[in-house]
Amino acid sequence: MKEILAFIQKEFWHIFRDRKTTLIVLVMPVVQIVLFGFAISTEVHNAVVDVVGDISDPVVQRIVNRIDVNEYLELGRILNSTSEVEARIRKGKSTAAVCFEDGFDKALTAEGKATVSIISDGADPNTAQMVTSYVSGVISSEQLSISTRTAGGGGATMRPNVQLMYNPAMNSSYNFVPGVMGLILMLICSMMTSVSIVKEKELGTLELVLVSPVKPFWIILSKLIPYLVLSAVNFISVLLLAVFVMDVPVNGSIALLSLVALIFVGSSLGLGLLVSVISSTQQTAMLLCGMGLTMPTMMLSGLIFPCESMPVALQIFSDIIPAKWFIIMVKKIMIQGAGISSIIKELTVLTGMMVFLLWFSIKKFRTRL
Amino acid sequence: MDDRIAIKVEGICKSYKATRALQDINLEIKSGELFGLIGPDGAGKTSLFRILTTLSLADSGKASVEGKDVVENYADIRRTIGYMPGHFALYQDLSVEENLKFYATVFGTSVEENYDTIKEIYSQIEMFKDRRARDLSGGMKQKLALCCALVHKPEVLFLDEPTTGVDAVSRREFWAMLARIKASGVTIFVSTPYMDEAGLCDRIALILNGKIIGQGSPEEIRSRYPYKIYAARGENMFNILKTLRPLDGVVQCSSFGCECHVSVSEDGPGEGELLSVLDAAGINGCTIEPIEAGIEDCFIGLS
Repeated sequence: MKEILAFIQKEFWHIFRDRKTTLIVLVMPVVQIVLFGFAISTEVHNAVVDVVGDISDPVVQRIVNRIDVNEYLELGRILNSTSEVEARIRKGKSTAAVCFEDGFDKALTAEGKATVSIISDGADPNTAQMVTSYVSGVISSEQLSISTRTAGGGGATMRPNVQLMYNPAMNSSYNFVPGVMGLILMLICSMMTSVSIVKEKELGTLELVLVSPVKPFWIILSKLIPYLVLSAVNFISVLLLAVFVMDVPVNGSIALLSLVALIFVGSSLGLGLLVSVISSTQQTAMLLCGMGLTMPTMMLSGLIFPCESMPVALQIFSDIIPAKWFIIMVKKIMIQGAGISSIIKELTVLTGMMVFLLWFSIKKFRTRL
Repeated sequence: MDDRIAIKVEGICKSYKATRALQDINLEIKSGELFGLIGPDGAGKTSLFRILTTLSLADSGKASVEGKDVVENYADIRRTIGYMPGHFALYQDLSVEENLKFYATVFGTSVEENYDTIKEIYSQIEMFKDRRARDLSGGMKQKLALCCALVHKPEVLFLDEPTTGVDAVSRREFWAMLARIKASGVTIFVSTPYMDEAGLCDRIALILNGKIIGQGSPEEIRSRYPYKIYAARGENMFNILKTLRPLDGVVQCSSFGCECHVSVSEDGPGEGELLSVLDAAGINGCTIEPIEAGIEDCFIGLS
């Protein structure tokens, strides 16, 4: 037992005496979560919308007012003709333009039909789509009030009432917090563990430690425990940041969330150990973790791109990424407030992965050089 | 020194892909002996050490340390040996004291418990005990490594090239320390590429290209040298070598620092004849005197 404690103490010395390692382990997670939570967001704020048309027209005026007060949109210039729209968009002065036909109000009241077109910058399809849907939302809400006013109670039009469950404000940190949490835990457990083991291999210190009477199993365990502790610290700090700074709720049970995190950390430690068995230099270990673990986790776990829209082959591949299952479960527990019964499948898959990875890598860990 | 066998190596072979690192190695090292494995870089010294310290497996053959088989009882061996690898293998970011304490604990003991064993060496570096290992000089690093290898009172000490890259004074000091460790009853198996250190061992084995080419006490090996040997000194070494090498009866002629060792068979030329040959070739002012064969001569003769 004393031997194990000595190993663990030594490992913490390694971590806290190397400024780079300390930075990666303790500062990077906070920076990452804040970056993803605030700076990197898929919401569109203050998109500039130009208006082409007769501003004295009452309906046009009402719509323009609505655009002006909308928190996501900002009123740009009132242009005289559609020919000016392109130049403004190309120069980046505006993201979209709403063009009303002449005599918009008259056409609407007389024929019950008037034309309005929305032009937006397709070079950035995501933003264009968002802005277009905001603008058409504004127009249709005005249209609704017109039709109620003109047709009275009789001419009710059908209109879908869209309600977003769990995340009504479409807050993107709801998506990023679970994802980044997965990324951070995996990075610390897999990359730091594998690098620290491979470093000992490279410097030859492992040679001397292996000659000691301490069983290799305990040597491995004492390598894993410090990173387990650090993951717990990071898990707590990410959770606190998420709740108090990013306003992401924890609707489900914290105990269940912690259990899920623990299982994920276990599987990540297993992966890290596996990487350290395969690689003989720190560079290889870094590369394997960076290219082989972090990239697929970012791309294929559903953090950035939804798994459902991937080609079938990639969907199957994404199933073997532990982070995918972790992120699904965290979303369910944190955002939806789901209990254990609704995550039982994911939990089983992840537990299976953990058991296999740990068993396999400990078995493969050579007790000789 | 008693007659118990501390280390027994029987027919050990080891290959790395196409390279045959060790070929049919047979050695017997007695308990309490200071045994030297002498050979140039790449001869297979480290490979043999790793097999004996249970860090790697031989392809064939058997070996045992203190009667324990290196494959079957590797866990027992790890408890009874001390090992100092050829490279500095302590933690650079830990202080002298932390390193020592760590290794003491890992080997199931404490610095206090075995302070007597390491006192003599440790006292020389104790004043730097708070210094990080990476900031130590080469000689001090080596002393720390030796302390760490000794801290658990091993019965057998494996030292892989402990004096490589260490200055001459530290080397001498190091061998003096080894003599004292030996006196306390520890069997020491040491490897070195320096032939001049051979004379400091009780017995030696010469290794080249994975084969043992001779073993015995340094005196035995020297006395087994079959030829008369002369040291030739002169200004132009290259010309001396070139002139003497093709002579009938000259078995071997190689340069040793500022002189040239000429090995001559029984019926070969004497010192007078060699001198006159050099004179005839226009190389003047040379001296030639008979000398005793050194280990290096034997090594070259056997290789």
